[in-house]
Amino acid sequence: MSDAVHSNFGAVSGANSLRNTILWRDGLLAAASWGGAATITYALPDVISWGATNLFATVIGVGALLFLVLSVAVPRLGERTKTLAHYGPWFIAIGLWFATWEIVTAKLGWLPKPFFSPPQGLLHVYITDWERLLICVTYTARLWVLGFFSGVAVGFVAGVALGWSKRFAYWGMPVLKLIGPVPASAWIPCTFFIFPSTFHASIFLVALASGIPVAILTAAGVGQVNRTYYDVARTLGADNRYLIFKVAIPASLPNVFVGLFMGLYYSFAVLVVAEMLGAKFGLGWYLQFNTAYSAYANVYAALIIMALICAGLVRLLFILRDRLLGWQKGII
Amino acid sequence: MALAFDQDFSRNLTLTIDNVSHGYDLADRRLQVLDNILITVEAGEFVALLGPSGCGKSTLLRLAAGLEKPSTGALKEDGRTIEKPDPDRILVFQEASLFPWLTVRKNIAAGLDARGVLKEQAHRIDEVLKLVKLEAFADAYPHQLSGGMAQRVAIARALVNDPKLLLLDEPFGRLDSLTRLSMQQELTRLWRAAGFTALLVTHDVEEALLLADRVIVFSDRPARIVAELAVDKPHPRRRDDADLVHLRQTLLQRLGVADDV
Repeated sequence: MSDAVHSNFGAVSGANSLRNTILWRDGLLAAASWGGAATITYALPDVISWGATNLFATVIGVGALLFLVLSVAVPRLGERTKTLAHYGPWFIAIGLWFATWEIVTAKLGWLPKPFFSPPQGLLHVYITDWERLLICVTYTARLWVLGFFSGVAVGFVAGVALGWSKRFAYWGMPVLKLIGPVPASAWIPCTFFIFPSTFHASIFLVALASGIPVAILTAAGVGQVNRTYYDVARTLGADNRYLIFKVAIPASLPNVFVGLFMGLYYSFAVLVVAEMLGAKFGLGWYLQFNTAYSAYANVYAALIIMALICAGLVRLLFILRDRLLGWQKGII
Repeated sequence: MALAFDQDFSRNLTLTIDNVSHGYDLADRRLQVLDNILITVEAGEFVALLGPSGCGKSTLLRLAAGLEKPSTGALKEDGRTIEKPDPDRILVFQEASLFPWLTVRKNIAAGLDARGVLKEQAHRIDEVLKLVKLEAFADAYPHQLSGGMAQRVAIARALVNDPKLLLLDEPFGRLDSLTRLSMQQELTRLWRAAGFTALLVTHDVEEALLLADRVIVFSDRPARIVAELAVDKPHPRRRDDADLVHLRQTLLQRLGVADDV
């Protein structure tokens, strides 16, 4: 393995380096580990039927072939495949993980049904239940987008007000500190009474989860702005409007982003609770529904989708942050 | 009072510091920082305030900028009492205090933007960039600048507004000695070209003598005026000029030499 890592940096000398220029060694090893996993999946019998076993074997078998092709192609494509080559060790590890997972669940039954599921169990869920999952993703996306963005908008405005105005902070800060730690499920009775529909109540819960960290961190950010910036701006002829929008807000933006990242995670964590409120579809609903029926393979399948969506959104937020906060480079 | 129009159309004002005393309320006592200060800075004049660190000189600049109001007495620009900050009177701080989220160009544009005249006067930004020799760094962010460059941007950010009064709070205090020398020359050049009134706070005797028409020496806190000295030498001045060396001795004595300088 350590050799495989070395070859990534092209630091191996002699006969090795000659071979490295012809073949991508990590690709070859990944092909081997994926091929091994495919063979185990196909050749050994499952202790209980999971469905989709042969399909899963085919999928990772194709993956293995793909790595075989890549191990020849990568050295010839040079720069363009740098990212691919960088993740080489990960590909090998994923193949090994598939093989281990396969053996301890489906093949030996050490981790039994229904609490655990082999990869083909998840694959089986995706191919049999994809329509419902797709609807659930759409419903959750609608709820999340409405909740997250309204929460962030309100939280940001409240945070700026709290950080800027002493009077606002006098009344607002204690309230925020009190409601901040209240768990989302504790709001359910109130929300049922206040909001016209359960959907509105769900939006409120997501908004609350994402808005509170944004409000707290924005307020802290605005409060921490170096006083000299205000003095400079005032001697240059700035009015309050300028001080808020062109000094306080840009100066506190690094804090706001910390709040956004926290809000993003909290909003995903609260989805399950929010979709308890009479939702007909949604990933959170799907998780509860299948937990109730001990269909844990479906639970895992939905969790993976949620994790991937959340990771994707975090990535997007990072890109946005780097674009807006490019000026920070070298300061932190 | 300078009632007549200035012959060279330069924009400046007469600053009158009229019996100003100022202090701050601390937890248990009152801290008096300025004691009965009386100074008139004539239009277009360059005055240096010299005194030990922390004696209250900077406070006087904040009062002149309108950032604070004096406890007693009044500060006046051309006879009118100074009530609040105004871009006619701009303060350059010891740290450049550039807005780190704005490029050099946008930092300089801040004053024009704040006053809503950015569109009409955008051309001035390029002029002052040239003036402080930073055209090549217009799109750089402050963290990419050296200390001297940042301070030049801070001065450009003030000058772009065509101030009548430039208040300088130890602007070169944090710079290395070589950069400081060239910045002092540059400031003299800019002052002579633009004709603004200048009030410089410093604890560097040589700097005061090189730049100012008049040096006012402050005592330790609470600051009182202990000496006043005209520097009647044409620019450019040489720091080893015999008269200046003599004046330097006088000033150091007034400051109690060993204490601070």
